[in-house]
Amino acid sequence: MGKKTLFDKIWDSHVVKSIEGGPDVLYIDQQYIHEVTSPQAFNGLRVRGIPVFRPGRTLATADHNIPTIDQDKEIRDELSRNQVNTLAENCKAFGIQYFGLNHHKNGIVHVIGPELGYTRPGMTIVCGDSHTSTHGAFGAIAFGIGTSEVEMVLATQCILQPKPKKMRITINGSLKKGVTAKDVIMYIISQISTSGATGYFVEYTGPVITGLSMEGRMTICNMSIEMGARGGLIAPDEVTFRYFKELPSVPEDFDWNSLILKWKELRSDQDAEFDRELAFNGDLIKPMITFGTNPGMGIAIDDSIPVPEDVAGDDNASFNKALAYMGFIPGMKLEGHPVDYVFLGSCTNGRIEDLRAFAKIVKGRKKAPNITALIVPGSKAVERQAIAEGIDKILNNAGFELRQPGCSSCLAMNDDKIPAGKYAVSTSNRNFEGRQGPGARTLLASPLTAAAAAITGKITDPREFID
Amino acid sequence: MPKEKLNILESRCVPLPLENVDTDQIIPARFLSATSREGFGENLFRDWRYDKSGNLKQDFILNDPSYSGKILVAGLNFGCGSSREHAVWAVYDYGFRAVVSSFFADIFKNNALNNGLLPVVVPEKFLQNLLSMIQKNPGTIVRIDVENQTISVPATGQSHFFEINPYKKECLIKGLDDIDYLLGLKDLIASFESEKYR
Repeated sequence: MGKKTLFDKIWDSHVVKSIEGGPDVLYIDQQYIHEVTSPQAFNGLRVRGIPVFRPGRTLATADHNIPTIDQDKEIRDELSRNQVNTLAENCKAFGIQYFGLNHHKNGIVHVIGPELGYTRPGMTIVCGDSHTSTHGAFGAIAFGIGTSEVEMVLATQCILQPKPKKMRITINGSLKKGVTAKDVIMYIISQISTSGATGYFVEYTGPVITGLSMEGRMTICNMSIEMGARGGLIAPDEVTFRYFKELPSVPEDFDWNSLILKWKELRSDQDAEFDRELAFNGDLIKPMITFGTNPGMGIAIDDSIPVPEDVAGDDNASFNKALAYMGFIPGMKLEGHPVDYVFLGSCTNGRIEDLRAFAKIVKGRKKAPNITALIVPGSKAVERQAIAEGIDKILNNAGFELRQPGCSSCLAMNDDKIPAGKYAVSTSNRNFEGRQGPGARTLLASPLTAAAAAITGKITDPREFID
Repeated sequence: MPKEKLNILESRCVPLPLENVDTDQIIPARFLSATSREGFGENLFRDWRYDKSGNLKQDFILNDPSYSGKILVAGLNFGCGSSREHAVWAVYDYGFRAVVSSFFADIFKNNALNNGLLPVVVPEKFLQNLLSMIQKNPGTIVRIDVENQTISVPATGQSHFFEINPYKKECLIKGLDDIDYLLGLKDLIASFESEKYR
């Protein structure tokens, strides 16, 4: 029987044409766009004198460049303001639905797509942003593309893509207290490196994965790109179906009964073959933190930074450069090291469960005086829900402030930059040199670890705060 | 729309013997606010080329005047990280037409091929040899032949085959545009839609 993986089933059913010796012409069900990677794509359409082929299959938001306070006022930075205005004009000219700044459905693109019911199992989804892999949590093929490809999809609703190889990652066992989805994906990347899955599309499975909520699954799929994977996906199940049943609103075309019948068939066949299989033991995973300048340079929070002799491969030059940038030395422990900033947010960990987790730890406690905190909800909907649950009050009482939605400090295109030399425990997805601001020193971690650091002012094992 | 053709490239090379060079280094996020494709070359490796005051950093290899050319030779996993196509525009606008490495991140490789920037993948050993050759003798000329898929050093006779997708190869050599190709398939796409979404 069968022999097809879930990835095969979705991919193959979307191939319009296979080019001999070349890529496939793949039909795209849903494209998301934002202000940074779209302007040149729209310019291209104008130069060619053509319209958007299927405007109803594109959804736009402003998220990367926008401020996270005073959103009701005009954007102060001229280039940012210009870029956001350009997107608004382009959407109007080409007939594309746009949830701009201050719209009640606005937010980070990979947060709003799922929460508004646009992202669905079995779809092919693209966006000019590498963390598009997030949507794979719903059993969709979702991947990041460049601006030229954004133009391609706007023009023809198709993209030219070679079919990647398939990897399955199974996480067995179960997660211990204080260990979150973020720690799981950070652990995997630390084991296989930032190029460990290049050329592959990953399917995640195993009891640890199926035991995660949809938000946890989104965190996992989100960081697939950080190990070089083309994307990541998780087969839909009852957890997925319940998510859709509980959504406050869905687009008009959402026909629940016929959709659920199709969705139940979306799984890899029993005897499906993957090009590569990896397995990990969830019992061994501890809260993680990065020490270097790529997401693979991570250790368990109570571990020591490796010494050059123990670093796989011969790449001592990169290792030493990373440590010099971070101001760390080989073999040192990170626990107890002072921290300056804490950032809770991003498409990785900016949803309501992340805010709840953070609030639970800081409730009844006080922010450490040496910490500057940026608490950024992933969307207006997340912001509203946080307020409805009283999370904003819990935060205020502890000395924190809930900001407004946006990508914010993750890549610091707006004013939320971490100053040079300062240490930031961040729930985002990249710790490259200068990612959060020139000279900024990023320590990637889960919302629990970020909360613990915000209270103590130093790198702290979050399990100390969990009973 | 016709694009610049690329088939034979003979040039000096600029070495960048660093691994895992990510797209945040190639073009920092603060430069992504542009609404056109021009002018990115100025900000290529911005924070490695210039210090905070805007002065050239003497110790960064791209600032070393003994190196020049249209070919960038870089350590493995060049272009990892974000999908920003702006990284390719920056490399191309600076003047490079090919990047040689032992490994490229997928998205960067795709973006490069979509913009007439040729990614050349060679074995690690060949790469290291090439890097030391160039660093010993900055005037070394390298020849890249897209049609025959070879990279060679005419002065020494060393050469190696490199892989490239046949469709992309033809697009590069002929200066063809992917979107023109897809626009030609509009009817096929429309009938696919009516079949699948009946």
